[in-house]
Amino acid sequence: MTEITPEIVAEHGLKPEEYDKVLEIMGREPNLVELGIFSVMWSEHCSYKSSKVWLKKLPTTGPQVICGPGENAGVVDLGDGLAAIFKIESHNHPSFIEPYQGAATGVGGILRDVFTMGARPIMNLNALRFGSPEHPKTRHLLSGVVAGIGGYGNCVGIPTVAGEVNFHPAYDGNILVNAMTVGLAPADRIFYSAAAGAGNPVVYVGSKTGRDGIHGATMASAEFGEDSEEKRPTVQVGDPFTEKLLIEACLELMATDAIVAIQDMGAAGLTSSSFEMASKGGVGVELELDRVPLREEGMTPYEIMLSESQERMLMVLKPGREELARGIFEKWDLDFAVIGRLTETGKMVLKWHGEVAGELPIDPLALASPEYERPWTASEPPAPLDAAALPERDPLEALERLVGSPDLASRRWIWEQYDHLVMGNTVLRPGADAGVVRLPDLPEGSRKGLAATVDCTPRYCLADPVQGGRQAIAEACRNLYAVGARPLAVTNNLNFGNPEKPAIMGQLVGCLQGMGEACRALDAPVVSGNVSLYNETEGRAILPTPTIGAIGLVEDVARVPGAAFPEAGLSLVLIGETRGALGQSLYLRELESREEGAPPPVDLEAERLAGELVLALIGEGRVAACHDLSDGGLLVAAAEMAMAGNLGCSLEPPAQDADQAAAKTPLAAWLFGEDQGRYLLATADAEAVLAAARGAGVPAARIGETGGDALTLAGAGTISVARLRRAHEGWMPAYMAAELAAD
Amino acid sequence: MKAKVHVTLKPGVLDPQGKAIHHALGALGFAGVEAVRQGKVIELELAETDRARAEAALDEMCRKLLANTVIENYAIELTD
Amino acid sequence: MRSAVIVFPGSNREMDMVAALEQASGRKPALVWHKDSELPEVDLIVLPGGFSHGDYLRAGAMAANSPVMNEVRRRAEKGVPVLGVCNGFQILTEARLLPGALMRNASLRFVCRNVTLRVENAQTLFTGALEAGQRMTVPCAHMDGNYFADDDTLKRLEDTGGVAFRYVDAAGETTDEANPNGSRDSIAGVFNETKTVLGLMPHPEDAVDPLHGGTEGRALFAGIVKALS
Repeated sequence: MTEITPEIVAEHGLKPEEYDKVLEIMGREPNLVELGIFSVMWSEHCSYKSSKVWLKKLPTTGPQVICGPGENAGVVDLGDGLAAIFKIESHNHPSFIEPYQGAATGVGGILRDVFTMGARPIMNLNALRFGSPEHPKTRHLLSGVVAGIGGYGNCVGIPTVAGEVNFHPAYDGNILVNAMTVGLAPADRIFYSAAAGAGNPVVYVGSKTGRDGIHGATMASAEFGEDSEEKRPTVQVGDPFTEKLLIEACLELMATDAIVAIQDMGAAGLTSSSFEMASKGGVGVELELDRVPLREEGMTPYEIMLSESQERMLMVLKPGREELARGIFEKWDLDFAVIGRLTETGKMVLKWHGEVAGELPIDPLALASPEYERPWTASEPPAPLDAAALPERDPLEALERLVGSPDLASRRWIWEQYDHLVMGNTVLRPGADAGVVRLPDLPEGSRKGLAATVDCTPRYCLADPVQGGRQAIAEACRNLYAVGARPLAVTNNLNFGNPEKPAIMGQLVGCLQGMGEACRALDAPVVSGNVSLYNETEGRAILPTPTIGAIGLVEDVARVPGAAFPEAGLSLVLIGETRGALGQSLYLRELESREEGAPPPVDLEAERLAGELVLALIGEGRVAACHDLSDGGLLVAAAEMAMAGNLGCSLEPPAQDADQAAAKTPLAAWLFGEDQGRYLLATADAEAVLAAARGAGVPAARIGETGGDALTLAGAGTISVARLRRAHEGWMPAYMAAELAAD
Repeated sequence: MKAKVHVTLKPGVLDPQGKAIHHALGALGFAGVEAVRQGKVIELELAETDRARAEAALDEMCRKLLANTVIENYAIELTD
Repeated sequence: MRSAVIVFPGSNREMDMVAALEQASGRKPALVWHKDSELPEVDLIVLPGGFSHGDYLRAGAMAANSPVMNEVRRRAEKGVPVLGVCNGFQILTEARLLPGALMRNASLRFVCRNVTLRVENAQTLFTGALEAGQRMTVPCAHMDGNYFADDDTLKRLEDTGGVAFRYVDAAGETTDEANPNGSRDSIAGVFNETKTVLGLMPHPEDAVDPLHGGTEGRALFAGIVKALS
């Protein structure tokens, strides 16, 4: 029996005062297995101890919400008896250590969160942040992460339909890999994790358990012998083929009435899954750990409880249904073992060959999970940038540089490695504002679809966390509106530095405040999420990155506009107000090498009105192409639409006698300002669009038309679409071609 | 009895992975690498104790599954 | 036309194929599990795309030894048409029902994008409704689509009309840029000697609905149905 020294406690990440609480709850000194369980249950990852008090302030309900935060994923009603189940989750640190497996197992984990609740996954998305392109590790990390996401998702057969990628030196030592899955389930057959029914069998299915990712790598190494490092790989390896089998087997079993509760074994594996199921159901549980299917010899109860081996699930079955379930899992060549039963004791009892290896009270441990109100300081909002003081530049040269810059260059090199078409329902491929898939198995005549997007602008969040938090929600919703989808709900992935630093905690608090305001204004409650803190290396934190994943319902997939100009002679109408906000813009960063100023403010009411207008116009069939305005502003958006359609356009900046605000805006600010709440539409019926905008109280102006093979800017000249495409499509392949040489 | 099966690409079959490794070695400054071919090693533990029978069984395994003889050669090594 | 789609545990485009076959023939194909040793009486057997056994060892290697493949082989030998797409093509080469092998893409990366195919032999039951030289744009999505056959085999394929499709550019020419995976001679699909077994890497079944962004895969299925009904 290992003696629990202060060192061992510290190696388990428990503070002395937290260990005092352990002693109080146990009424004795815990053994190593029990200490390990406390450690993972009270870890930041499982307990949300730094963020919980602030997360509670987010709106999480609405008529469309079937299940909000607290389950494996959020559930939203789509009508027609269908529900969307979705969540986003980070796998940041593992992806930095081993990019292929880290990213792959991230995809595997989020898929399990979604099909655990009864959904067949129908789309994957990902939001990636890498360090500076010049950093020696960036190519290797990007290449491995993309291959890992593709390697897993492609094999499982779920289309990866959308995503976003940023580069910034703040991520040099801490990349971000946030993966999102959206699934579809019958609205009346959602599966939850609360266990019920004393005596009911607890069943383990999926892959065998190995020593993958056991935490506390250095702890008590004496106990495991000197070869323990070799025995305990910290990198988990994904097996997408087994995941595919697990999805099919689980969905097959879910079509019967055998399951009482089900939970995937994610972080902290068997510990957190069994604990959460028992805790939510208010029951006790007794596990016989020697019945757990093992991949390696000589594993201890400690290792079995803390292993993070992938592709495993825990279920509580109705009595007498074990053989039915076993038959299904054996058909799919998966392990199946009854490893315990529910009890009325309110305790978790762990047995090892008949002996008690650990015994913990469930409610006291779960309820006493620490919750901190950490001190925080609000950052000083930066002064607005004076756009008039910037040097004048040739706008088309600036455009060419921008569309070929790392943050705006085409991501084709990435998304061509993702199977974005499998399942045969993809309506909008990657590169669009949002991914859209047609909903399968709808009643005759229904052409509904589901749209999804991931968004965040970390540089805004750093400059002004409240505006940045608002903007992340607003942009996600805007991307949905732009493809003709009504926003339904969001999931968030809060990636921040060390919350014990008041300035970092202030970023978290500010972003959550802004997100909450925007979610309320845009009627997009938060239904699931994940928090990733301590993203710091040598005291240097990442940019605050509260990634938003959002889904929206499309009434008619045949009316979904792409961003590509489809034909010549269409009017270009700019929706929303342009003030010329160049603070924190990509123009300022890429052309002037300055990252400063206030980010564009987000007027939530204007955002909502513009979005509803665009949605209505798309529904009326008046929109031939649509693109939201974000990074790079108006001219970049127009260029992206031209490149996508391989068709030019002409644009006219507002004349001096036009409306006052626009006329006073410097040209660069009008062209590259990142004012929020704006869309660029191509339409055959500009008059009707402008009239609808007037009626809705949304600023709108006809600013040009499609046609030709070049982008022409009145008074500034012309640049061919082919030349823009060379810059836009060229950057990433050229950058990545140097990968092998750089490694 | 333990066995190792080495599966290698036949001469003349293009090996993009070997090519990429060759390129990377050059970039790392390892001059003088004339060619790289990548293959795989499959380790097996057999209940069979007779070497001849084990080799015969392994040969059949290779032809039926472990190697694709359209593009691959194989070599069998019994280790104990 | 009655058809059967074989389902391996890691198949993932079987429903795409079912939809395309149903659209073309008006009949739902039978789905046959890989552990089954019997097949219904059908006019066409299809091996769909996916990662039959995770593509572990080699793509298609383990599936080629599935119980159902004995029956597929027996039917194919009797002349029942067999179509393999993507992983199905890989399985057919591993099962030696088609010549050559499919290796890792030359880029070493998975590739999912539209490709343009040129019909090389329009004198078969699969391609009789198409015209030689006709082009069709359909998606591809694979990691191991790099077609290899030795020189003798290539010559035999060429001499006997064994090449079904080639990857070409917009002008209809074979180029390195238009070849997504490094296949020898830009080969995208091949027939067996009797032209009753066809394998191709790209996915015509994902180009049969305007919502897919193209419908140029339809002609292939329509032609197969016409030939087999």
